[in-house]
Amino acid sequence: MTQLALVIDLNVCVGCHACVTSCKEWNTSGWAGTMVDHRPYDADPTGTFFNRVQMFEVGEYPNTETVHFPKSCLHCEEPPCVPVCPTGASYKRADNGVVLVDYDKCIGCKYCSWACPYGVRELDEMQKVMKKCTLCIDRITDESRPENERKPACVLACPTNARLFGDVHDSDSAVSVAIRENGGYQLMPEWGTQPANHYLPRRKTRIQIFEDELERADNPLKKEAPLPAAEGETLDDVAY
Amino acid sequence: MNPAFSVIFLTTLIGAGQGLFMALVTGQVYSLANLLEPQDNVSFYAMGSALALVLLGGGLIAAVFHLGKPSYFFTRAWRGITQWRTSWLSRELIALPAFMLSVFLYGVAHYFDMTRPLFVIKDLVPVDATLLLGVTGAVLSVVLFVCTAMIYASVRFLQEWYSPLTVANFILFGLASGFTLAAAFSAWSGIALVGFFGTWAVIFTVLAALTRGFSIYRNGRIKHKSTLQTAIGVRHTKIKQRSMGFMGGSFNTREFFHGAGRGTVVSVRLFFVIMVFVVPVVLLAASNAMQSAHLPIVAFVAQYLGLMAERWYFFAEARHPQNLYYQTVG
Ligand code: SF4
Ligand code: SF4
Repeated sequence: MTQLALVIDLNVCVGCHACVTSCKEWNTSGWAGTMVDHRPYDADPTGTFFNRVQMFEVGEYPNTETVHFPKSCLHCEEPPCVPVCPTGASYKRADNGVVLVDYDKCIGCKYCSWACPYGVRELDEMQKVMKKCTLCIDRITDESRPENERKPACVLACPTNARLFGDVHDSDSAVSVAIRENGGYQLMPEWGTQPANHYLPRRKTRIQIFEDELERADNPLKKEAPLPAAEGETLDDVAY
Repeated sequence: MNPAFSVIFLTTLIGAGQGLFMALVTGQVYSLANLLEPQDNVSFYAMGSALALVLLGGGLIAAVFHLGKPSYFFTRAWRGITQWRTSWLSRELIALPAFMLSVFLYGVAHYFDMTRPLFVIKDLVPVDATLLLGVTGAVLSVVLFVCTAMIYASVRFLQEWYSPLTVANFILFGLASGFTLAAAFSAWSGIALVGFFGTWAVIFTVLAALTRGFSIYRNGRIKHKSTLQTAIGVRHTKIKQRSMGFMGGSFNTREFFHGAGRGTVVSVRLFFVIMVFVVPVVLLAASNAMQSAHLPIVAFVAQYLGLMAERWYFFAEARHPQNLYYQTVG
């Protein structure tokens, strides 16, 4: 079975919000109708977004690290938001695992939003129906597009390539390899929702260098000193 | 959670309506067993059913205003009964009209005096149409209580609600307010059942005080499963949100935060404890001693106001894990 998902690399994300704006642009102009904006140019603008980029500070000054944290529907494999919906408007697609809302069936009761621990469902204040990330279902299933464009808008927009898209059930897909080899993890695993989206942690590349590797006893460039060979064998002569 | 007035009205009104109907049927069963004087079909049972229907109808209207748009009631709400296999909300949407229908039929049967026994059980219990409808309605009333409560008690992310105590509270609050209303209704229309209903109302109120007290205690010591660490998946004891990604609020900041200070929440709790548990018991006891026609009515009004505060507090005390993601504007 296919389970499409995003893998978000927190090591690479710079928090530029390009995914947020491209998501809004694509989805507000799409077949499903606008995503409302209220008071967009006033002091307290509010509106519907499928994707938000948040920022967390880890540690205490001066030893802090900034984590930019994009968050959208994780397309859970056990989505708790689906069975609670009284109308059947919320559903999980059998063919590709994308969790969707049928805006023509939704009565705006908000019950599904209570049943999602991640806070990614938003009631549209104009249409009064529940909205959330669709993984750009209209793009990724559009066979008339060339293969490399059949990706969510956010993935195409990300300038640092922090967002990978693919089938997490296919062990050889780029997303599965990334999860496997770079420590991909799920959010709030304690609820057993099995989010399909994964995050790659912040990673540090370190090389270990010992003192004697910096100051080689037999450093041939120290011309002024006598070559150690003249003084008999050193460790470097036997261990290479 | 942010308490919605539509839901506060819905749950308190139908709770009282269900309790009142249970009280009527209890009265009928008691008089069948010759433990109580039989009551008049029209002025007691039919009028009582009408009163219950008014409350249930009020609840239904409140529910309509909980929909995204009230017009969805006509265009889309029928879909809400399709997912009864998995959704307690869908089950409630079936149970509520079914129960209202049985209350209506029960009232009509009494109004038209349909009390000729249809059959007799063991030469002892004459069963007529009103009794059949009453028992059916009582069962549906319990079903509706469970459906309503399970809407809240089944959301495992709201750990304050995820408990059998929630179901017990909903049932006992409904019965307490319904029997208090039955006492008030009897006192108002001069029916000699004030003491009977009042006694049951006090019993249910005391039981509700026990279960609600226990759930307040439980919720005070609850340990939430999710933390900022699991929310973003970083192992560090010091994590702070610096920006939630937007400035002017969103659905997630409006729906899940009540915005009231700790002081307000504690005052509301004190208010409802006094109004739901203390005042009605004192007033019902006093009315029993003084044979007053008005005190039971005051008792019901006080308890109903208290229950609205209780429902507000019920929402306010529940803290959703999604709130971890919405701590700092920026
Ligand atoms: S992230 Fe939330 S809305 Fe998306 S599938 Fe999981 S529970 Fe449902
Ligand atoms: S808000 Fe819409 S999608 Fe969510 S549970 Fe209600 S009807 Fe279903």
